[in-house]
Amino acid sequence: MTDISDGAVPSGELVLSLRGVSKNFGAVSALTDIDLDVHAGEVVALVGDNGAGKSTLVKILAGVHQPTSGTVTFRGAPVTLSNPSTALNLGIATVFQDLALCENLDVVANIFLGRELNPLKLDETAMEVKAWTLLNELSARIPSVRIPIASLSGGQRQTVAIARSLLLEPKLILLDEPTAALGVAQTAEVLNLIERVRDRGLGVVMISHNMEDVRAVADRIVVLRLGRNNGVFYPDASNQELVGAITGAADNSVSRRAGRRQAQSDITQEGQI
Amino acid sequence: MTGTIKQAPPLLDRSDVRVKHETGIGGTVSAFFERVRSGDLGSLPVVVGLAIIWTVFASLNPIFLSSNNLVNLLFDASTVGVISLGIVCVLMVGEIDLSVGSISGFASALVGTLWVNQGWPVALAIVAAVAVGGLFGCLYALLFNRLGMPSFVSTLAGLLAVLGMQLYVLGSTGSINLPYGSPVVNFGQLLVMPHYVSYTLAAIPGIVMLVTGFRTIARRRAANLSAPSAGSIIVRAVAITLVLELIVFYLNQDRGIPWMFGLFVGLVMTMSYALTRTKWGRSMTAVGGNREAARRAGINVRRIYTSAFVLCSMLAAFGGVLAAARLASASQQAGTGDVNLNAIAAAVIGGTSLFGGRGSAYSALLGIVVIQSIANGLTLLDLSSSLRYMITGAVLAIAVIVDSLARQSRVSHGRA
Repeated sequence: MTDISDGAVPSGELVLSLRGVSKNFGAVSALTDIDLDVHAGEVVALVGDNGAGKSTLVKILAGVHQPTSGTVTFRGAPVTLSNPSTALNLGIATVFQDLALCENLDVVANIFLGRELNPLKLDETAMEVKAWTLLNELSARIPSVRIPIASLSGGQRQTVAIARSLLLEPKLILLDEPTAALGVAQTAEVLNLIERVRDRGLGVVMISHNMEDVRAVADRIVVLRLGRNNGVFYPDASNQELVGAITGAADNSVSRRAGRRQAQSDITQEGQI
Repeated sequence: MTGTIKQAPPLLDRSDVRVKHETGIGGTVSAFFERVRSGDLGSLPVVVGLAIIWTVFASLNPIFLSSNNLVNLLFDASTVGVISLGIVCVLMVGEIDLSVGSISGFASALVGTLWVNQGWPVALAIVAAVAVGGLFGCLYALLFNRLGMPSFVSTLAGLLAVLGMQLYVLGSTGSINLPYGSPVVNFGQLLVMPHYVSYTLAAIPGIVMLVTGFRTIARRRAANLSAPSAGSIIVRAVAITLVLELIVFYLNQDRGIPWMFGLFVGLVMTMSYALTRTKWGRSMTAVGGNREAARRAGINVRRIYTSAFVLCSMLAAFGGVLAAARLASASQQAGTGDVNLNAIAAAVIGGTSLFGGRGSAYSALLGIVVIQSIANGLTLLDLSSSLRYMITGAVLAIAVIVDSLARQSRVSHGRA
């Protein structure tokens, strides 16, 4: 396990820096003393078991929850993310796990929600053009942008949510389980998109349970366990190391299962000889 | 790969070959039937219901459809209609205001006291009454936003409290007569548009439809988007102009269109524009559909709720002033009885969902015409109010049943 400080220093400027962030929900400490750095042009994967506090951390960065203690520094200045619009205005865009779309509004209205062009006389044509541009960048398969979200599939909704996060040209994008609802091709598209976003010099924080996706795009992998930092890894780290950090023990159900299968195949091979 | 589109599609929104798109006038018609089949009824049930109600009453009593009676109907519809317009606002965000009747009664009592008893200028008295109405809205918003009090409860409390204030303001006399011949009472009882004005006003929606329609076509073509056909826009504009001019022609056989109804329709059209073409309206729909999503999109949800409650209360107060003008009095009975429920029922019958996020300003107009037709028709038949309540209740129940059946159909057809 490596500590946060002695990782290889990425090239870009420090976009986001958390120091000692804690969050309590009543008697439950969802997060304790979390440190996290994100640089420009870097993809940081946030991994951890269920209940490790990943989504809580993302919600703090999105301004949905406020930290109980600790400091958040964004682009060199300490900030208070008191509500979602503060975070959006600073340049922190979030794609939530539950997507947070309004099912009764159409695709264009959802992408521009809270950011409508020409507030007193909505410019529907310009908004529709921009919506198509964003969706085409994502190679989205949306039949029409004038149908309500309720009639779209899960993957289509995911694409709309990601398109919406890109609308404001953010400096930092938070993706909470971006590929969980997607098909094979769409997952690849989203991973490509994440890389394109990184190459444009944005910081990306991605939560995922899928180790394959994480290893494919992440520059650093930050492990949370029971609301605490539990190590920083690089994509070349072995699966066993990662799983060990996530579950908190070298001897865990995943490694035992792997060991059993290994032993099984050894026996089979011996039998064949 | 994602960056490039292999072959530039002819239109930005027509590149997906799996989706069928209807074009031309025939396409518009078949798209309409397709929408109705899938449960997106719009205002169709109200129009059909209205046709049935009018046929029944006209066959029972021919006076019902006389120009004279319909003009009276429009006078009566305007007062509760304005209140119902406010109800549409709170229903859009998924809340309710049960105190609109009391607020309207209190506003009429205030106007009576300030204007007739205290000698204020009438305009100032009306502004004061509407402003006081707005204060009640602020209070509901405060209770809802800060204390998390459900609007159902806070406005139920308001219903009683404001009724108490109304009785207190009116004092022992119990009613204040507004002077006959004053501009306000004339406006509520007599003033109708000159014929040329009503014909001109009835032509405006069609013209606006044509102008904005052609402008939209030009803009969408320029932006490489599909555009509706010019033919369908012309057909719709001509149809709506014909219908409106026919109505005006028929009503002009008697006195003509009441100015008060003109004011109501003006308010409805303004509200419709605000709800569909402004950022505020978009936010209202979003908050009604998914409050948390709206909050995370950076919308100030509390301010949206406040605007809805305040608008509703102010429109209720203004409706109360109009009712006082209509009756030429401010009495203890004003705003009590069925005013509350008629206003809410009108919005729901017109097609605004009780669950938020779905509705239109025009539902207040259509709904109140239905409610007022029933009330008016039953009065003509000389039936007791007991029957009137029962029948209005049944119509409301049918409207809600149609709405929930249509909602189920929409869900199964993949529409919101």
